Amino acid sequence: MFELVVLDSALRMATPLIFAALGGIFSERSGVINIALEGILLTGAFASVVVTYYTGDPWAGAFAGVFAGMLISLIHAIVSIVFRADQIVSGVAINLLAMGATQFLTWIIWGSSANSPPVQGMAHWGLPESWGAIARGVNAVIGHYPPLVYIALASVVVAQVVLFRTPFGLRLRATGEHPEAVDTLGVSVVRMRFSGVLLSGALAGLGGAFLALNTHQFVKNMSAGRGYIALAAMIFGKWNPIGALGACLLFGYAEAVQMGLQGRDVPTQFVQMIPYVLTMVALVGVIGRARPPAAIGKPY
Amino acid sequence: MVRWNRLAGVLSPLVAVAAAFLVGGLVVLAIGESPIRIYAILFRGAFGSVDGVGHVLFNACPLIFAGLAVAFAFRAGLFNIGGEGQLYIGSFVCAWAGLALVGVPAWIAIPLLILAAAAGGGLWASIPGVLKARFGVHEVINTIMMNFIAIGLTSYLVINVFKEAGQMTPQTVEITAGQLPRLAGPLRAIGIPLPLANPLNASILIALAAIWLAWFILYRTTFGYEVRAVGLNPQAAENAGINVRRTIVLAMVVSGAFAGLVATNEIMGFRHRFLDNFSSGLGFMGIAVALLGKNTPVGVLFAALLFGVLNTGALEVDVFTDVPRELILVLQAVTIILVVVGNEVLARKLRAREARVALEAAGEAS
Repeated sequence: MFELVVLDSALRMATPLIFAALGGIFSERSGVINIALEGILLTGAFASVVVTYYTGDPWAGAFAGVFAGMLISLIHAIVSIVFRADQIVSGVAINLLAMGATQFLTWIIWGSSANSPPVQGMAHWGLPESWGAIARGVNAVIGHYPPLVYIALASVVVAQVVLFRTPFGLRLRATGEHPEAVDTLGVSVVRMRFSGVLLSGALAGLGGAFLALNTHQFVKNMSAGRGYIALAAMIFGKWNPIGALGACLLFGYAEAVQMGLQGRDVPTQFVQMIPYVLTMVALVGVIGRARPPAAIGKPY
Repeated sequence: MVRWNRLAGVLSPLVAVAAAFLVGGLVVLAIGESPIRIYAILFRGAFGSVDGVGHVLFNACPLIFAGLAVAFAFRAGLFNIGGEGQLYIGSFVCAWAGLALVGVPAWIAIPLLILAAAAGGGLWASIPGVLKARFGVHEVINTIMMNFIAIGLTSYLVINVFKEAGQMTPQTVEITAGQLPRLAGPLRAIGIPLPLANPLNASILIALAAIWLAWFILYRTTFGYEVRAVGLNPQAAENAGINVRRTIVLAMVVSGAFAGLVATNEIMGFRHRFLDNFSSGLGFMGIAVALLGKNTPVGVLFAALLFGVLNTGALEVDVFTDVPRELILVLQAVTIILVVVGNEVLARKLRAREARVALEAAGEAS
């Protein structure tokens, strides 16, 4: 079970979860619940494949994923921050919209509502082989994963620093805990919450791009509940980037093990359930209470 | 004043639906088709024949149950996103009871299976209810998590324990006990030419009864009053002597029971088997139905019928035009976003109006 190949695929499985969970953290720390992560992942995946398909450049695809993620999260921001509608309802509606729109457009563009044709994935990072043994050694290490895996890991560190070591992070967290106080100090609650939600769209969109580029195509509903698992990882990691990383790795590991067990006589469904059960246990507080930001879900 | 509120409450979903159709029309126009033609085909598919109307009712039926589940919980201030999981567990328990009652006459088996479906859904929903009442954990996350657990659990049971021997399809053997009759036979007897192949079955009658029941519980019982009081203001309800925790748990149980009743259509009326992963999001569509129906039982009926029309007509659009049926998914999502925004704008307008009226009244008094 601890074979290298499982750990290897665990990290790949964890990558979209890491991006989406980080996104969830930025949104929820600002006080906006983001059930829409699922739909944002799907949108990001779709946009990245479309752009990669037409440009042949997966990096352009990744940027498109970020952009599309921000665009659809903008709907969430406008509906829940400007119109102050229920954030959960808005998220549910966005998930429906993403599901319908991506299938609809897949059909319009490629004439199939099931999947896109294959597109190019990202080239792994590495030094030219002609540089000799050192280059080969370096390549063996960093050339092993698609670049977005490293970007995901780096994003965790950046997110942790931004949230807990910068004025912006302090303001964002304060907006989620006590928006009245933030407002009194002359910081715009609306602007902070827009930042949180749009950041979550950018990150989850990138997660979707990884998901699609790693499979080299778009498949309908390919997010397959990962947005909800990311939500679980965010809670399990107590709304902290480093904690969420741990949870994502754990959940990615569970997914990898489950895939490794497929076809054998082991009920994989129970392995699949682990993230969900753990999250419920964490919320009840058996292993240290997970406490959401105080003002979460409340329009301001 | 009250009449104006009520009128606005009915008008705002209608406006949202009309606006969504407008957006959908623009989308159709953008891909070079005629919106009028597409919508004509859509409505012809739904209303152009008795068969079509039968399919509309058949498609609306599970949405009524799923919508009632969300609406009922909502009245208690609870957001039950777990309809999907509850309907899986309800359907599985229903199927299980059906398999256990082989040979039992229909008049005993049918009520027992209905009870099993409701009990399964209710029990599954009670868990997030208890976690909310006892530990204060928000029900949204727990119900989402329990959707996945329910799907995994029933999938395991069907594939590893109950699968029909020698078959590839992950489903149980045919459940012969407690099958609900199809309505084509009786309807033809009274002169309505519903084709015998039409899947419309007696579950639609149970759905109509469920709408009445939800209305009766909410507006004619003490429990319903408590549910609405807790939903409007839990603090005030507590002060008035209502046991808020108990009401929360019971409201979740009733909500889950409604979701479980989806089994009356899917298992007892239509499939007569439990098929792994059969639902494909009925529970989530229930959320949309409840929102569009403004969380009232009668509203749920109309919203479910509208979605039934869209689902039925979409097939026709899919077959006869170059527009894919996914168009209706876009229509539904846009409708919901507009309803949500519309409700907020309307609520704010009404509040402003009330404040102005109050101010004027105060001005006249002084």
